[in-house]
Amino acid sequence: MLDLTWLLIAVPLASSFVLLLLGKRANPWGHWLGVAASGTAFVVGLLALIQMLGLDAHDRAHAVHLFSWIPGGELNVDAGLLVDPLSMTFVMLVTFVGTLIHIYSVAYMEHDPNRRIFFAYLNLFVAAMLLLVLADSYLLLFVGWEGVGLASYLLIGFWNQKPEYATAANKAFVVNRIGDIGLIIAMGLMFTYLGGVDFATVFAAAPEASTAQLTAIGLMLLLAATGKSAQFPLQSWLGDAMAGPTPVSALIHAATMVTAGVYLIVRSAPIYEGAPAAQTVVAAIGAFTLILGALIGMAKDDIKKALAASTMSQIGYMMLAAGLGPIGYAFAIFHLVTHGFFKAGMFLGAGSVMHGMHDQVDMRRYGALRTAMVTTWVTFGLGWLAILGVPPFSGFWSKDKIIEAAFVGEGVQPWILGGAALIGAGLTAFYMSRLFFMTFHGKARWTDDQHPHESPALMTVPMIILAVGSAFLGLFLAMGDRFTDWLEPVTGHAEHHEPVLPVPVIMVATLLLVALGVWVAWRKYGAADVPETAPAASLATIAARNDMFQDSVNRGVFERPGTHLTRTLVYADAALVDGAVDKTAHSFARTGESVRKTQNGQVRSYALTMLVGLVIIILVVVQGGL
Amino acid sequence: MDPINFVILASILFAIGAAAVLLRRNAIIAFMGVELMLNAANLALVSFSRMHGEIDGQIMAFFVLVVAAAEVVVGLAIIIAVFRARQTISLDEPAELKG
Repeated sequence: MLDLTWLLIAVPLASSFVLLLLGKRANPWGHWLGVAASGTAFVVGLLALIQMLGLDAHDRAHAVHLFSWIPGGELNVDAGLLVDPLSMTFVMLVTFVGTLIHIYSVAYMEHDPNRRIFFAYLNLFVAAMLLLVLADSYLLLFVGWEGVGLASYLLIGFWNQKPEYATAANKAFVVNRIGDIGLIIAMGLMFTYLGGVDFATVFAAAPEASTAQLTAIGLMLLLAATGKSAQFPLQSWLGDAMAGPTPVSALIHAATMVTAGVYLIVRSAPIYEGAPAAQTVVAAIGAFTLILGALIGMAKDDIKKALAASTMSQIGYMMLAAGLGPIGYAFAIFHLVTHGFFKAGMFLGAGSVMHGMHDQVDMRRYGALRTAMVTTWVTFGLGWLAILGVPPFSGFWSKDKIIEAAFVGEGVQPWILGGAALIGAGLTAFYMSRLFFMTFHGKARWTDDQHPHESPALMTVPMIILAVGSAFLGLFLAMGDRFTDWLEPVTGHAEHHEPVLPVPVIMVATLLLVALGVWVAWRKYGAADVPETAPAASLATIAARNDMFQDSVNRGVFERPGTHLTRTLVYADAALVDGAVDKTAHSFARTGESVRKTQNGQVRSYALTMLVGLVIIILVVVQGGL
Repeated sequence: MDPINFVILASILFAIGAAAVLLRRNAIIAFMGVELMLNAANLALVSFSRMHGEIDGQIMAFFVLVVAAAEVVVGLAIIIAVFRARQTISLDEPAELKG
């Protein structure tokens, strides 16, 4: 079965092409084909997983050679798949959550005339994402990387009849492009310094390379990761990406695609091993983004944008863990998996709420939905408990470990990183509780034409399954260090280090901060009345509502100077380059103009010219003695 | 008689012919100037032939005579054609090729 893993990519891709090429004829059954393709991928993945679990831990990395892709002298790239515990983890996450979201979308997109195209894009996404995680070289990974970017762009702009949605899609595409350049440069550096772009060559050569070279590669990979994973400074696209249909936000912008950056960092572990500086930058960016995302999430009234900010923040946790080295890699991926479940579940819950509330996204017009939508309330509640890190729910097992790992180290670094992770947990508790209470508790603040109702079973069943995952997956995977042992062949064995604070102290501090966050949120948004329009607020709140002015900053720092630079270049081009060419042409034209005057049509003047010319030639011949 | 005198005479004849071509507007007169120049050249060729004691110059002169005869035919035909078209044989009148 491990040799058949190419089916994982081929089946959804084929389904996507079938749906796009058949056109309207496929409308009646297209969505079911999409679900079936994703489900098939899941079954293939599951069989491969079972086979892999039967193997010895050190034989679990399995290479599948597909074909010789770029045979080009020094650069020889074969297209191949690397099936190991890390990629298998992603395969299971992507296909399982993906299939559930496919099923959910059947009902969610029921009234959309372009549902078939939606499923084609979803399948395209699944295929590209699986290619990304299964590729055995950076170049093939890049194909998947661009593929998910394309699918993300198409799906964010799925309702592109609204200009602002189309703009959001463009924004995501352009910002991602900046990160992609990082990956391209990193591949160039790898080829120059390490002699190839496939994982085997790169990782074998990495220990011999100099620190400076590895740092350069590491920073470029980090740039790529920040773009795809919406980390500072390329975080601005994620909030706007919520323009896409909610299942898309759940699958692509919460559970899978945005975590590709974390995958890239963890996969590139051998490079970061030799580049401690780059590693520290990864951790710092993760810590910064987790606080930034949490602060933005605290002020957002749009339920999807609040969840997007939360995603940003949670991926910050993963980045932080990935930047800690071997002690963090497994927890980064662990948190990625649990986050994939509870965040996808909560996004689906948000979609269910919107479905019942006429696509209202303003949480100030929600309230008291727990009675109207019991299933949504319960499933969302489980996700909420998971993200809070309340034991024994999933998030506790992964996030707590990251906070502990962040406190490991020497000097001031553990205090900064650990402190950020600890405060982040408190902030997370506040904004998620705020979201939860504003939506499901308090007084009803619905507009008159809203009649909230529970969603159909096709939507609630995936939510229930994900909620069960949010509740118990963490416990299941954490018991007996199952997950860390599973990933050990890839992430390497982590020496046990004691944090600078005793573990129980960290745990208690975390839980106290979480409790405090929940209590403050309850006082303000659960027990008290929530105003229906956002009240005037302090400067800090306004900043958070405006995403910390990220767009203004980008505009001021990059767009304006960039525009001016372009204008200057255009002017210089017109004045200098074009000018030189034009002047040359004009001078020839003027010369021609003056010579033309001699052509006066008078035969006798021509004769004179000939005579003079002849005389001159004869004089020259005679005088020169030629 | 020194053959160099013939060469001098040929130069004078050539100058007169050239002056006629350049200065006269009447096409017939200019044409006569051309003939004069041709025959000046013939005279020079024959003189050089004598000076060098070789026959080449004289043979060349015969070629020139033949070509000149043909040229007269064509030239006069052109002049007549121009006259028919424009009722004039002034050389300054046709200036359509002015740039």
